[in-house]
Amino acid sequence: MSTFDLLLQQTINGLSLGAMYALLALGFTLVYGILELINFSHFNVFMVGSFVALWTLQALGISGQSVILTGLPLVGVLLAAFAVTMVFSGLLGVAIERISLRPLRNVKGPAAMITTIGVSYILFNIILLTVGADSKNFPNPLPTARFQIGGAILELREILIWVVSLVLMLGLYLFVQKSRLGKAMRATAQDPEAARMMGVEVDRVIITAFFLGSALAGAGGLIFGLYYNFTSFIIGFTAGLRAFTAAVLGGIGNVPGAMIGGVLIGLIETMGGQFIATAWTDVIIFSILVLVLVFKPTGLFGTLTPTKS
Amino acid sequence: MSEAADLLLEFKDVDTYYGDLHVLKQVNYTIGRGEIVSLLGGNASGKSTTMKTIMGVVRPARGSVVFDGKPIERLATAERVRRGIAPVLEARRLFPRMTVFENLEMGAYTRKRGPEFEQDIERVYALFPRVKERHAQIAGTLSGGEQQMVAIGRALMARPRLICMDEPSMGLAPNFVEQVFATIQEINRQGTTIFMVEQNANMALTVAHRAYVLQTGQVVLSGTAEALRKNPSIREAYLGEMQVTV
Repeated sequence: MSTFDLLLQQTINGLSLGAMYALLALGFTLVYGILELINFSHFNVFMVGSFVALWTLQALGISGQSVILTGLPLVGVLLAAFAVTMVFSGLLGVAIERISLRPLRNVKGPAAMITTIGVSYILFNIILLTVGADSKNFPNPLPTARFQIGGAILELREILIWVVSLVLMLGLYLFVQKSRLGKAMRATAQDPEAARMMGVEVDRVIITAFFLGSALAGAGGLIFGLYYNFTSFIIGFTAGLRAFTAAVLGGIGNVPGAMIGGVLIGLIETMGGQFIATAWTDVIIFSILVLVLVFKPTGLFGTLTPTKS
Repeated sequence: MSEAADLLLEFKDVDTYYGDLHVLKQVNYTIGRGEIVSLLGGNASGKSTTMKTIMGVVRPARGSVVFDGKPIERLATAERVRRGIAPVLEARRLFPRMTVFENLEMGAYTRKRGPEFEQDIERVYALFPRVKERHAQIAGTLSGGEQQMVAIGRALMARPRLICMDEPSMGLAPNFVEQVFATIQEINRQGTTIFMVEQNANMALTVAHRAYVLQTGQVVLSGTAEALRKNPSIREAYLGEMQVTV
């Protein structure tokens, strides 16, 4: 492959990974925007989501790489897998908020953030103890259609990942911009007390942020499985930290920022792996995290956290 | 004002604390339907806490807040807004990265969208043509006076029976201050009761029907605005600025 073809190929790969990071980064940003809380349990909501996706596909009779579907059955299976995974993950996020974070709502300091780390490890260990430490094959019911673009290969899988991610992100964007509850979310992020005095029920806004963020993380978990053809109890931390970096890079609290930050991190990962060395990927990504935090803590696109007056 | 049916809002022996800090001490207010009542007092006298107690952002430890004949001190803020209380917050507190129109929409958050919403938007636009001109602009980029118009408009969008205003003239240019008070009187003439915390005692006592004076959490004086304007201790404590500037 020529350098140009490699560049093209890694752009394709990077966009798919980036879409996954973007979906995951949105959960960090939605919750941070409203509660100023970094929710580390989000890492493993994503991981649990990928297992729920696996089990849903298996329940639908898709096991291993041997079952290939086309046409309507394929669309049906994918829709069902995404729907079940997203609803389950969303409810998991809501349960985490309700059980472990709401009682700490008015506690100052890092108690809530530390609790999210604890919840993250609980999820991690539940999956480890029930499913086991070995990675699981993730079935992929897509036909292996390949398109040649120059010297690069574009698989049907990538197109699916892009389309699904775009639809979900566009949906979220429209929800936040246009719906009544979405506007209440933005208002709460900008001035929680004023929003409350407009009659916004802040608990509902928080539940919505956790549900949507966690549902998107679930979709990200399914995409992880489709992309890497496996899942494991351990996938949450690396992907989660990279997505968190994406959220910070885009400006944590900023919804479009998280989307763009995610795509950038995906591209940096694939390009760094191709042109520097895969082993250095995390060094590069987390150096970006440190540099952004030191030199531009509001990220590329500015933060949408409450204005302190 | 002695007839209970004429009362819109009543504080009965209200005590409010912030942690250990006793902010409101056995406070009593009565606000009649259709009145403009002003609340005067220095810094840390409990004026803003009064507003927060009405809106349900802080709850009184003792005593009762009665709105329209029913106690509301246990109700959530959203329910109070639904029953007809809307705030104009200190320092405007618009949602700075939302448009002017979206800010107005947030004012109507507890209400259904429909013909009434459109009527109310038109009412706000009629009251403030400038707000109509700026409806698509990001609220944080407006001037202070324009922001105050949006803040008042946002309160009107709730179709409130009572508007609680916290320092409506604060930080505004003098010509805007007059305009804001003229608007307050206009809104009152259209039938909305107004309870207003204000530093500018001169203006407040000009537009208000009655006033309370709060000092370190206690009501130390109350009466008609006219009587308070003539009260020597009020003249000294709150209207001194007027004597210098006029």
